Amino acid sequence: MKGFIKKDKFVSLLKDGMVVSVGGFLTNGTPEKLIDLVVESNVKDLTVICNDGGFEDKGVGKLIVNNQVKKLIASHVGTNPYVGKLMQEGKLEVELVPQGTLAERIRAFGAGLGGILTPTGIDTIVEIGKQIIELKGNKYLLELALGADMALIGGAVAADNGNLKYSQTMRNFNPVMATAAEIVVVEPFARVNEIDPEDVITPFPFVDYILVGDDDE
Amino acid sequence: MMNDKEIIASRIALELNDGDLVNLGIGIPTLVADYVPDNKHVTFQAENGIIGLGPLTDEDTNIVNAGGIKATIQKGGAFIDSITSFTFIRGGHIDVTVLGALEVDQEGSIASWIIPGKKVPGMGGAMDLVTGAKKVIIALKHTNNGQSKILKKCTLPLTAAHQANLIVTEMAVMKVEEDGLYLLEVHPDYTVDEVIKATDADLKIKNVERMKGI
Repeated sequence: MKGFIKKDKFVSLLKDGMVVSVGGFLTNGTPEKLIDLVVESNVKDLTVICNDGGFEDKGVGKLIVNNQVKKLIASHVGTNPYVGKLMQEGKLEVELVPQGTLAERIRAFGAGLGGILTPTGIDTIVEIGKQIIELKGNKYLLELALGADMALIGGAVAADNGNLKYSQTMRNFNPVMATAAEIVVVEPFARVNEIDPEDVITPFPFVDYILVGDDDE
Repeated sequence: MMNDKEIIASRIALELNDGDLVNLGIGIPTLVADYVPDNKHVTFQAENGIIGLGPLTDEDTNIVNAGGIKATIQKGGAFIDSITSFTFIRGGHIDVTVLGALEVDQEGSIASWIIPGKKVPGMGGAMDLVTGAKKVIIALKHTNNGQSKILKKCTLPLTAAHQANLIVTEMAVMKVEEDGLYLLEVHPDYTVDEVIKATDADLKIKNVERMKGI
């Protein structure tokens, strides 16, 4: 871990055109403060990777409503009507990815793999433009690894050294996204001195920064 | 008197066996949990990361179900990440999944995630679920504005081809076999002829029983 950061330092890491992955599932486990700071920064042309499109006033939906997102890679966008509106106007590119495929593409990147082979999406429009590989009589789609410039991680109980565990269902995409980005920033749900090594879900080497309040030491 | 959704949910609950690991989709499928008898131990999985999903709650919690609604976890349950969740789902570790659909056809193909040009909500976890679960049950109303949702061939983009095993509507229970779609049970409010008329798909008819579990 590089250390604790306050909001000014976090905002200084943001750049136009970045690929940003955001943890959470229908905003459960999504780092809302980090997203608010991205909204304030007004950086543009982001590619956002998230399970879903959030809501108009919550999660990555806030970035979409603020017209900061050029492309959204997600499994479900039905909870945010603004996504549909921008799609129809041609102002937002949306790549819909089956949820399990999205998770595995991110995992592949974090694990140094070029991609994965999955039966999900065979004989559907998801297979269009993708290589189909037949093994032992079964068909698989070649789905490519998916990494990000920055991962925004939420729902975490963070230890002082950067070890993380997660509260309840806020785990979801957070641990895998923490493995697959150049810069990993955590908005802790709670802070503790240390986490029992048997309980650590995301070990500290995956973590770059933990957001702290401006009043913290 | 049960309404249509309750009839469908109650009938599907009979398909769940003691010890099964089950994933229920949003909508009618969610209701199935209410009809599992106490003496049958079924574990529910939610794709956002729960083994042992319990009932909904109003209490302050960070636990949500796959619809993002506050829920509970059962004693002995586990929180998992999305990778482990889809290892369960895609890896064949889910015994039964129950999902809604816009259309289903006599070959077991399912359409549930997109109406091109109109509604593009996305597939969420549905494509992985129907591909990986051992048994796929489709829960849906038999018709939409008088049009059959049980078709010879789906017209909308597919969620998956040839994956549905059982189709349950408020009118009937139908089973997808290699050689076609069999009408197994009919709700007592309807006749076999009425079901055939309301169905676009070709129904194979051998022994039709009264719908169970209602």
